[in-house]
Amino acid sequence: MRARHLAGLAGGGVALLGLAVAALAQGGGEPQRAIPDPQSGRHFATPETLEIQDDDFQNPAFLWVEEGERAWSHAEGSAGKSCASCHGDAAESMKGVRARYPAFDAKKGRVVTLEQRVNICREENMGAPPLRIDSRPLNAMTTYLGLQSRGMPVQVDISGPARPFFDKGEDFYNTRRGQLDMRCGSCHEDNFGRHLRADLLSQGMSNGFPTYRLKEQRVISLQYRLQGCVNDVRGQAPPMGGEEFTNLEFYLAWRAQGLPVETPAVRR
Amino acid sequence: MTSMGMRRRHLLAAAAGMAVVTTLPRAAGAQMQAATAEAVRKATGGKEPQEGRVTLRLPPIAENGNTVPITVTVDSPMTAADHVKTVWIFADKNPTPDVATFHFTPALGRAQADTRMRLGQTQDVIAVAQMSDGSFYMARTEVKVTIGGCGG
Amino acid sequence: MAAPIGQPRVRLPASAKAGEIIEIRTLISHVMETGNRRDQEGKTIPRDIIKRFVAKFDGQEVFAMDLATAISANPYIAFPFKVEKAGSFEFTWTNDAGEERKSTAELKLA
Repeated sequence: MRARHLAGLAGGGVALLGLAVAALAQGGGEPQRAIPDPQSGRHFATPETLEIQDDDFQNPAFLWVEEGERAWSHAEGSAGKSCASCHGDAAESMKGVRARYPAFDAKKGRVVTLEQRVNICREENMGAPPLRIDSRPLNAMTTYLGLQSRGMPVQVDISGPARPFFDKGEDFYNTRRGQLDMRCGSCHEDNFGRHLRADLLSQGMSNGFPTYRLKEQRVISLQYRLQGCVNDVRGQAPPMGGEEFTNLEFYLAWRAQGLPVETPAVRR
Repeated sequence: MTSMGMRRRHLLAAAAGMAVVTTLPRAAGAQMQAATAEAVRKATGGKEPQEGRVTLRLPPIAENGNTVPITVTVDSPMTAADHVKTVWIFADKNPTPDVATFHFTPALGRAQADTRMRLGQTQDVIAVAQMSDGSFYMARTEVKVTIGGCGG
Repeated sequence: MAAPIGQPRVRLPASAKAGEIIEIRTLISHVMETGNRRDQEGKTIPRDIIKRFVAKFDGQEVFAMDLATAISANPYIAFPFKVEKAGSFEFTWTNDAGEERKSTAELKLA
């Protein structure tokens, strides 16, 4: 935030600073995190919930993992191909992918989420219809893919052409919205560790998604949860899979940079 | 319109109001909802269940009432001559009290079962066990179900 | 139309010593619709649950459970079993419509 602010000021005039400004505007300047040492949502969960998460048998998200695993080698679409036709063993080829997504896609000229990546593959390489965001088959696939990065640190690349999308995500994050006029940080920076009614507020870290939510009794995608957050502040949530949430998801991944991927987490 | 100050107070008040609660087993004979009392009566055929032998493991505070882990254990040698036959689980203040009925046999070696249940509100969970000699035992435990701030 | 009963997951040790008490854990994908919820048009969503689970060992029923609407979606059921001999388990989940899903597992003596 600070770097961008400086860039904005300097960009107003002094030619001598031109080079430095360019570097900053290119994302050469490191943005500062409001929470430099983030804590995973598991830090704010009860022992009973963690007991379910930490046991791969008890964790109901593994029903989704197994569905995703079956879908991985199931041919679909006009090309007669499955994911495995191109990518082979997911345990090898997909290791670390969840940790670096969302990521800039040069061909699309924008940042894409893992969900969108799967759908791009389906449409362009398999000749299969895209799956609806937050639908069961897509959540099953992204949960399966996410598991292949479990324990690896979140490490998204916000540099270069990805930077403007990061900046838009940051703007969304910091914009007050809804009848309650709250920004994301009103809960997840200013008040984490405190209770909102009976809920213990977390830092809103995204490293556990897709996650099995006890309330919904199913695996949910991050953007489904984001819709819930915007609804909770009595705002109008943008559509899942749209540009706004995609950029926000990118920014959120950077907030969680360094935290281990916990997919599939279990949360209340 | 809610001002930021009001919201802050609300958040802080909520935080202060969150007390630490521990689960205490209740006396088996404590008051029950009529539907629950009827369900227990049906299970025991009108016999009065005794206290003891049945243990319920439940979180004192459920993070979400839709998925509450529960373990029921009954103290029994689980032999052909002396074992637990049936264990009923009831939720006193759910729309209907029935939760589950477990049918045990001596082949288990130990009388225990685990599952996950839904609780509509803070209430007592009740377990009634029928022994092979026809006697009944009962346990009850309160679970606090929180109303979340996040659409919970 | 009843919701599909998903692929079950069952876990038990592949082998165990005679006299040992093992734990058998099961999980199955199912919505466990209570019949108390309404859809977006306000119509009641009909009740649709797994209502019974049975575990048999070599054809003999060793454990069973009747489930009510208060059991969470994706039912998790775990219970102990005292190992006496090698044999095969059969697990059956039955929904309100009477449809069944079966799963089997072998137990060897260590």
